Amino acid sequence: MNPFDYKRVTTLKDAISAVKPAASVFLAGGTNLIDLMKRGVTAPETLVDINNLPYNKIEKTATGIRIGAMVHNSDASEHPLVTENFPLLSLALKSGASPQLRNMATTGGNMNQRTRCGYFYDTTMPCNKRSPGSGCSAIGGYTRMHAIFGTSEQCIAVHPSDMCVGLAALDATVTISNGKSEKKILFTDYHRLPGTDPSKDNILQKGELITAVDIPFNKLAKNAYYLKIRDRASYAFALVSVAAALDIQNGLIQSARLAMGGVAHKPWRLFEAENMLQGKRPTNDNFLSAANLAMTGAKSFGANQFKLKLAPNAILEALHLAAGKSAS
Amino acid sequence: MKEKNPGTEENKGSSRRTFFKQSSAIAALALTPVSIVKASEKGLDEKIASAFEKMPLRVEINSKAYSLEVEPRVTLLDLLREQLHLTGTKKGCDHGQCGACTVHVDGRRVNSCLTLAVTTEGKKVITIEGLAKGEELHPVQQAFIQFDGFQCGYCTPGQIMSAVCCIREGHANDPDQVREFMSGNICRCGAYSNIVDAVMHAKKGGQQI
Ligand SMILES: Cc1cc2nc3c(=O)[nH]c(=O)nc-3n(C[C@H](O)[C@H](O)[C@H](O)COP(=O)(O)OP(=O)(O)OC[C@H]3O[C@@H](n4cnc5c(N)ncnc54)[C@H](O)[C@@H]3O)c2cc1C
Ligand code: SF4
Ligand code: FES
Ligand code: FES
Repeated sequence: MNPFDYKRVTTLKDAISAVKPAASVFLAGGTNLIDLMKRGVTAPETLVDINNLPYNKIEKTATGIRIGAMVHNSDASEHPLVTENFPLLSLALKSGASPQLRNMATTGGNMNQRTRCGYFYDTTMPCNKRSPGSGCSAIGGYTRMHAIFGTSEQCIAVHPSDMCVGLAALDATVTISNGKSEKKILFTDYHRLPGTDPSKDNILQKGELITAVDIPFNKLAKNAYYLKIRDRASYAFALVSVAAALDIQNGLIQSARLAMGGVAHKPWRLFEAENMLQGKRPTNDNFLSAANLAMTGAKSFGANQFKLKLAPNAILEALHLAAGKSAS
Repeated sequence: MKEKNPGTEENKGSSRRTFFKQSSAIAALALTPVSIVKASEKGLDEKIASAFEKMPLRVEINSKAYSLEVEPRVTLLDLLREQLHLTGTKKGCDHGQCGACTVHVDGRRVNSCLTLAVTTEGKKVITIEGLAKGEELHPVQQAFIQFDGFQCGYCTPGQIMSAVCCIREGHANDPDQVREFMSGNICRCGAYSNIVDAVMHAKKGGQQI
């Protein structure tokens, strides 16, 4: 690992001013940052340790719950406000990484973790995300883990987070502070597609800090499921994952939420399939139509071709599992 | 050279910063980390020095208070093994992928390979060396022996530290739950089924874990 300066901050103001210099970055749980530094993928000159910032609570607000940026993934996954109101998020969190890593990982760090594309990690290979303009080794290379939606000619990597797929499905918002003012944006607008600048994973600007994520209350808690398909039963990144939540009243779907992981550069929300399901009965036929609709525009790159079949099957299965949990 | 060796006792008072100021940037260049090279190109001796600056670290390890000096880039795992010679904690992958380095920090199980030592300031660390009460093994250690929860034993300290928390967290209610909540510990020997038996036995034994 490269040598660096280490600064511990306890206030928002200090955090923002310490991270202003070009080669300064925030250190939260360190589970992604330290890994990348050990591999030489990134070499910051200053780490600003934000673990002592006061954003470490989960609270009830007038319209939902607020999860602080420093809350650990394990704590969020077990908190009664989360398990009772948003079981989908709890399942998504628990499917990620390992108990040890979840004890370290934070809400803000999880959102900002980088892709697991093998070429991004391999500093001897061209990669537009790590080294803009050098090319994309994945295109024409080994693509088993790569995207099928929203790709560009510059990058076909996926965002690896499970938590983020849950938050995208649950209409969460992100609060970002620059030390002087705050802005709130939709979670689905936080991560971006690679386009012509894959080096940027999201819309966070230099000198900005995520302070919290808000989730509005909904009626989707009874029929929710997070299905994660991976190479082993646990402790592995998703090949494809699906967050599915349904509000079923009198046998009809009042509203649906669907998002996928492992298929795009950002958590992939399936708005059209959701709309299609609204007002319909939770039947296999309707679920199948939604799954097929969701696959519109999907494109594979060699070794990830299996995802074109796996993804709709996973959507179908997740919808059944969500519907099956119905108390009625 | 008449300069004192910076590593010796007699020189303890003067900091590494002084050493780097005295020595030429060429010496630092041989160490070649990017930021150092960049800093020396710009003639920023001060920056070179600060990159190697050690920080004070007060931490309690296995109920013993330590007052240490560490470079910020030293992981808790390397501090334990290389500086304190607590070699019970193992390095498997060094990247969070195997769990061999699992220790407890303020009662929570974490991967010490991805934990910077400086982030444990003021905290309590427990390693496998701190689990037994004197000659009396911890019930989970005892259970691993009784159920043959290992073959080569390399993953075992991490497995045991992880298992203690798995039980304390309330995640050892049935074998499936143990498998899921012990999944952060890989065993190349494949002693998994005996590990699950050991954890279930320790949990059911009713002893204080
Ligand atoms: C072996 C392994 C397996 C894993 N498996 C999974 C998995 O299956 N599913 C999954 O979802 N994840 C998985 N992960 C990834 C893990 O979830 C992330 O590493 C973790 O969530 C990152 O959080 P952190 O707090 O440790 O972030 P850090 O590593 O501390 O930081 C990551 C980035 O976020 C930035 N950052 C942190 N907090 C803030 C903030 N508040 N505002 C702005 N920027 C911030 C940092 O500057 C840094 O750039 C795995 C990781 C490992 C090592
Ligand atoms: S897919 Fe993206 S991250 Fe992977 S090599 Fe191509 S540019 Fe880099
Ligand atoms: S050595 Fe830390 S997880 Fe493998
Ligand atoms: S006992 Fe050999 S690795 Fe687990």
